[in-house]
Amino acid sequence: MAEVTAQNTQKSWLARAADSDLWYSFCRSPVTIVSAILTVLFFVSAIFANWIAPHNPFDLASISIMDASLPPAWMEGSDPRFWLGTDDQGRDIFSTIIFGARISLFVGFASVIFSMILGISLGLISGYVGGRLDAFIMRVADIQLSFPAILIALLIDGVARGVLPRDMHQDLVFYVLIFAIGISGWVQYARTVRGSTLVEKNKEYVQAARVIGIGPLIILWRHILPNVMGPVLVIATIHLAIAVITEATLSFLGVGVPPTTPSLGTLIRIGNDFLFSGEWWITIFPGIALVLLVLAINLLGDWLRDALNPKLR
Amino acid sequence: MLTFIAKRLVQSIVVMLTVALIAFSLFRYVGDPINNMVGQDTTLEQREELKERLGLNDSFLVQFGRFAVNAAQGNFGFSYQHRRPVSDLIAERLPATLELSLVSAFLAMAIGIPMGVYTAIRRNSWLSHSFMTMSLVGISLPTFLIGILLILLFGVVLRWLPTFGRGEVVQLGWWSTGLLTASGLKSLIMPAITLALFQMTLIMRLVRSEMLEVMRTDFVKFARARGLAERYVNFVVALKNTMVPVITITGLQLGSIIAFAIITESVFQWPGMGLLFIQAVGNVDIPIMAAYLVLIAFFFVVINLIVDMLYVVVDPRLRVDSAGGH
Amino acid sequence: MKADVEKQSLLTIEGMRVEFPSRRGHVVAVERLDLTVEPGEILGIVGESGAGKSTIGNAVIGLLEPPGEMTEGTILLKGDRIDHLDEAAQRKIRGARIGMIFQDPLTSLDPLQTIERQLVDTIQRHLNLGEAEARSRAVDLLDQVGIPDPAVRIAQYPHQFSGGMRQRVVIALALCADPEMVIADEPTTALDVSVQAQILDLMKALCRDRQVGMILITHDMGVISETADRVAVMYRGRVVETGTTQQIMSKPNHDYTKSLISAVPRPDKRLKRFPLVTYIEDAEERPEGLNLATHWLGKVREEHKLTGNLVELKDAHMRFITRHSLFPSRRLYLDAVKDVSFAIQPGEVFGLVGESGSGKSTIARMITGIYKPSGGTITFDGTDMTALESRAAAAPFRRQMQMIFQDPFSSLNPRMRVEDIIEEPIHFHKMAYDQQEATQIMHDLLDVVGLGSQAARKFPHEFSGGQRQRISIARALATRPRFLICDEPTSALDVSIQAQVLNLLKDLQSELNLTMLFISHDLPVIRQVCDRVGVMRHGQLLEVAPTETLFTDPQHDYTKHLLKLMPKFRGFRMPELET
Repeated sequence: MAEVTAQNTQKSWLARAADSDLWYSFCRSPVTIVSAILTVLFFVSAIFANWIAPHNPFDLASISIMDASLPPAWMEGSDPRFWLGTDDQGRDIFSTIIFGARISLFVGFASVIFSMILGISLGLISGYVGGRLDAFIMRVADIQLSFPAILIALLIDGVARGVLPRDMHQDLVFYVLIFAIGISGWVQYARTVRGSTLVEKNKEYVQAARVIGIGPLIILWRHILPNVMGPVLVIATIHLAIAVITEATLSFLGVGVPPTTPSLGTLIRIGNDFLFSGEWWITIFPGIALVLLVLAINLLGDWLRDALNPKLR
Repeated sequence: MLTFIAKRLVQSIVVMLTVALIAFSLFRYVGDPINNMVGQDTTLEQREELKERLGLNDSFLVQFGRFAVNAAQGNFGFSYQHRRPVSDLIAERLPATLELSLVSAFLAMAIGIPMGVYTAIRRNSWLSHSFMTMSLVGISLPTFLIGILLILLFGVVLRWLPTFGRGEVVQLGWWSTGLLTASGLKSLIMPAITLALFQMTLIMRLVRSEMLEVMRTDFVKFARARGLAERYVNFVVALKNTMVPVITITGLQLGSIIAFAIITESVFQWPGMGLLFIQAVGNVDIPIMAAYLVLIAFFFVVINLIVDMLYVVVDPRLRVDSAGGH
Repeated sequence: MKADVEKQSLLTIEGMRVEFPSRRGHVVAVERLDLTVEPGEILGIVGESGAGKSTIGNAVIGLLEPPGEMTEGTILLKGDRIDHLDEAAQRKIRGARIGMIFQDPLTSLDPLQTIERQLVDTIQRHLNLGEAEARSRAVDLLDQVGIPDPAVRIAQYPHQFSGGMRQRVVIALALCADPEMVIADEPTTALDVSVQAQILDLMKALCRDRQVGMILITHDMGVISETADRVAVMYRGRVVETGTTQQIMSKPNHDYTKSLISAVPRPDKRLKRFPLVTYIEDAEERPEGLNLATHWLGKVREEHKLTGNLVELKDAHMRFITRHSLFPSRRLYLDAVKDVSFAIQPGEVFGLVGESGSGKSTIARMITGIYKPSGGTITFDGTDMTALESRAAAAPFRRQMQMIFQDPFSSLNPRMRVEDIIEEPIHFHKMAYDQQEATQIMHDLLDVVGLGSQAARKFPHEFSGGQRQRISIARALATRPRFLICDEPTSALDVSIQAQVLNLLKDLQSELNLTMLFISHDLPVIRQVCDRVGVMRHGQLLEVAPTETLFTDPQHDYTKHLLKLMPKFRGFRMPELET
């Protein structure tokens, strides 16, 4: 027994990670491996979109109206240059999907980080300080929870339109969107972190730190935060999926990103107008890409939750 | 118990006042209400006079008080875009949204709860696994995409169902219902499924995880150890204890169904409040936005009150003032 | 024993083996287990955590936690095989022929159903009775387990009963269908001493009167010695010894049993040190004798030649708000500590004893500044701690008082390495000039508590409970405190580990001349460790006396009551330690 633990500590962190239960459960779940690969593919192609995409849909010189509304490569009347077909302006669907996913992921990621920082801070404060401040923060959270994320995001967007001059709104649209989606998601983090903080702060290691004389900020940062991060990771993963959906929905409703820099939602919206004229591919392929991306992230989140909480299995 | 309900009532009023404050701030400070009412050629004096007449020069509290009193009577002023009273616009569209939401909520619960219970009890059956996989696909499908796919399949390819609007409606007093005509019912099918699907998967997953949580408790183990029938343990002991958290979240979900209807209504051009709201956001029609916000908050508060009362019915620990020593 | 006599045993377990398959190979929880229980007999199964005691009970009623499985052996109930039955047959035995009592009465009852519903449904499940008959039987049962006003209280919900009363309801539920056999898994561990004694008496009487056989699973030698007729001692999944209680307690054969029994603190006599448990495998001994002249712990200790008390409480009061309200008249308060005054002299070990909720731990947290007293003063080394406003002003005093907590599993931050845990107070109080010195101090401390410096790089979860408690002690010593508060430092530990940790604390106390406040609910432990003792109940300090005086000549009625309830366990002693 003593020997085994001694060996354990000498191994590198990589070897310990490979030996961990998390990695073990990962390797045993083919669905999870596939979703992880899919997610990584999306991220890589989003980051390197300029090199990966066969065409640049924003380069006006390279698109021609002559190529408009071409069907996918396996159908009649198609052009082999565009294997998923083109939209009404002659842009390559495959390339617009890659660039669109880039926008969707960027907005999603930034919103998640914004939510996370806001939610974790408020949750830690609420749980640790308690009393009236806690009651106030949680009441605000309750009220906000009664409004779905999409409604809050819509309201904020509406307000931004009212307050900002039109041209400024165009410039700031990404920030408005990230703020709107981000602010609508903090409650989940705050509630979870608050709950864990309430548990952790009564544990004796926190009391030991207080007996040493350590101040609340350092206790929160060094002792409590690392111990509440497990569930936060799970929420963040699932929230990324929700944020991507929210962005797509806002863009679909026409209040998200502008059509000049289309995200997946904008592409679906554009294609929706051609649904009845038979050009289904303009909508369906971005739709499939969106569902695959969200599903892969959701599957990862689902696995992560089960793996971090073994009693649920 | 009375104190519990009274406490909740006070909280509800606080919530409504807070939301009214936000709505009022929107109304008063986002965009200029005067600019939206008058034409370009109005003189400065006329504007000042209008401002005075509308009470926009009064103190903040007086203005807010007036707004709150008006709002409580359903008066939210005139829509900038439609040039009609907001209350009329909402009254016209409320039935469409409520019918859609209630049908969806019923679908979501009637299917979601049994599925959740089943997947919790028969955790390892193939049916449970396929339910769980389906539910993941369900929460990964954005509502608007479900709508588009349904339209493509049943509207464009098969041409079975209408793709937009409510169909024929019948007027029952001020309430217009689509539930009494064949075309109205046919029009309702796709929007209702679209709206219900996401909520259904959420409810199912929630019921499942709560029930699994309860099945791990000592009292369930003790019930088993007393030889009580599996059916009794599952449905009398475990399900009843699951209901407490499930009631809360389902209540919240119902509130959000009404708001989620925005997306569905916009996909199917359903003439409800959501469509009105989304158009208002696009046109910065603040009175409608404010009214919608207050209305949603009101629904939420009412649902929450009902949930709290259900709580008391289910959980004896909340009936504090019932007799009994410790 | 002849074969036909054996057949008449109520319960016979032969060659039982239970395995839990896991990713790193099968864990054998129980193996080669043979046991018998006769009608009316209480068989105690005793052992430390992880010995496999509870697994036996779960295997007998067929409720092993998956993936656990009984892979070998047979279980006979009056000659009928009851292992490996199908679910339906299993359920006919559970409750009807074998009743089960679990540890925690607070979580064993369905909170949403009345006691009546739970009793009547269980009775009707097993006996063919109508609603009214079942109900009157339920009332009778409640009466028999000693619940006053059973006809009234039967209509109530579990939350309206106290812990001890709930355990009585649990017993009534287990007895609903007149089972031949009852398995009680740590039935009194979650209860206070005074309630514990009542429940044990009740179970004893019920077994005798109804000729029910009982398996009593516990870690507590005192419970066994007062309740069981026969005892089986378990160690790592095997029974190492069985015999009558009398024989096991006075003449144990197996070395493990000897070690286990001798490690139980004696209530009747104070020993210099606890007998060393030689059989336990991770027993670690610290290097003999600490040379204070050279060791870091002996360096520059601010010894003001103090004449008075080191710690003094004057009318210390602690009030918590249990219900908030805008109106002061509607607020509810809990006075956890009521006007308590006592003083601790330098170098003394002062004990506080009392049942749960008596306010002992609250006092510890008031002294260390976790709670701010709502009244009275707390003086440390002549300075009024309650008058210090800022954390900075209190820091030099904080450094001189440290605390050791009860639960070794939550008192160390699971995300920090041992070295960081121990160095944190060193860095915080700037007790080292550089990192190198801090590391040196940390290694020294680990040596002092008998862990050795190879422990530094590990995380808390790689240690056992006793080892973790040693890490806690090292952390507490890192600031070279003069005053150490131990809040139930061993009550979460197995008895053999408890002996080691208490020995370590005693050694450190005398070597470093520490002043200690030692809090415990366990009177024998108090007697072994403390110089003076205060007895607490409901937030009040009832009596303070030198330890020997308190145990031989108690003044307060409550103290007498507590002493009467103290387990009369006088077991085997290693003769060489009787000094």
